[in-house]
Amino acid sequence: MKAKDKDMLKVKKIENGIVIDHVPQGSAVKLLTVLGIDEDFKGTVSVLINVPSASTGLKDVIKIEGRSLTKSDLEKVALVAPYATINVIRDYTVIEKYKVKLPEVLEGVIHCPNPNCISNKEGNPKLHIKERNPLKLQCNFCEKVYAEKEFKF
Amino acid sequence: MSLKGSDFISAVGMDRKEIESILALSEKMDSSFTKKEVLSEMEGKFMASLFYEPSTRTQQSFGSAMKRLGGEVIGFSDPKTSSHSKGETLHDTIKALEAQVDLFVIRHPSEGAAKLAAEVTNVPVINAGDGSNQHPSQAMLDLYTIKKEKKKIDGLTVLMIGDLKYGRTVHSLSYALSKFDDVKLQYYSPPQLKMPGFMLNDLRNDCKVEELSSLDVSKADVVYATRIQKERIEDPEEYKRAVYRIDNEVMEKMKKDAMLMHPLPRVDEIAVEADLDSRAKYFEQERNGVPVRMAIISSILK
Repeated sequence: MKAKDKDMLKVKKIENGIVIDHVPQGSAVKLLTVLGIDEDFKGTVSVLINVPSASTGLKDVIKIEGRSLTKSDLEKVALVAPYATINVIRDYTVIEKYKVKLPEVLEGVIHCPNPNCISNKEGNPKLHIKERNPLKLQCNFCEKVYAEKEFKF
Repeated sequence: MSLKGSDFISAVGMDRKEIESILALSEKMDSSFTKKEVLSEMEGKFMASLFYEPSTRTQQSFGSAMKRLGGEVIGFSDPKTSSHSKGETLHDTIKALEAQVDLFVIRHPSEGAAKLAAEVTNVPVINAGDGSNQHPSQAMLDLYTIKKEKKKIDGLTVLMIGDLKYGRTVHSLSYALSKFDDVKLQYYSPPQLKMPGFMLNDLRNDCKVEELSSLDVSKADVVYATRIQKERIEDPEEYKRAVYRIDNEVMEKMKKDAMLMHPLPRVDEIAVEADLDSRAKYFEQERNGVPVRMAIISSILK
């Protein structure tokens, strides 16, 4: 085995799917849950935790075979991993690479954590960014403000 | 800034000019109300008054206000008598009525209900109380009462007591007061019922905010008492500790020119003996509901 190979990640390349890179350390499992990837998902999912990263020290990486991301998925990724990079893979090749971006308004992406908010009874939840750092969202309807730990996907 | 055609949902986004224009028009409406006049400016206009939660004064005063302006009122005061009891959503009720009316007034137990209604119709919506969130017309009549008595709002210290967590009148009044200059907001509540943290953060951007550790009424120009609902505190012992009572002994410590206010209904927060004190303004406050709501309706529809 070459010296270079010893350092390589022992994860097979994916044929078609996505790689979510630069996920904050320890957030990979939450991200999978948020994306609804559970035991019923048929594609191969590789979860890399505590991967050395030049910019952030340690990071998580997720590779998902046979899955693409909708607009709503991307907004969920941005909520959990605001600096994530998405690599779209076709025939083992990266055909597209981009950073996620959290929009000012999140419509139908997460529920309002307030059980008595009208949006939990009817209509579509809508929250907007109140503060970016640390991230705080405000419900468009009940006007309550929530920190990241309270977000209800 | 004109309120014409606008919704009236929350005091959070209101500016001083809008508030002052309502207060100025309230004064005109007040003289007409005092003379028990019925105006004609809303002739041919219909207001849907949708009360999904019991209310005595807000519902009646909105109804009176519209009728004093010459308009008509339809709607319900008990959701059991509406299609809501058959499971109809707020959205569908609004859609069913929007062609018939020029204005919606909505009281609902869920926070954000009036905002949702406003998003589904082009007919203006007035929030007459949405859960524990906002009650902006109450804030306007509170400010009107304060202005009438104190001749100003700038520079006042206002102490709010009671259920500050779920108290929508406190939330709306706080935001409305914060638009004025040099206002100081003081809060005193049981620990379980403190003002929501995000509201305190917002308010601190615009005015001085102080949370009191004891019921010190001595610095306030306005003492605003609110009811603590029994169901908000599970432990009966804690409830006993949380309740407070303003009687003559407490009023003794208030400034000589202070005002005592309460959005009513009161239970035990204010002793009946306090009613005789000239600083007790809650019945005046209640009376002001009609002219102020006349002004709000007129600002939106005229």
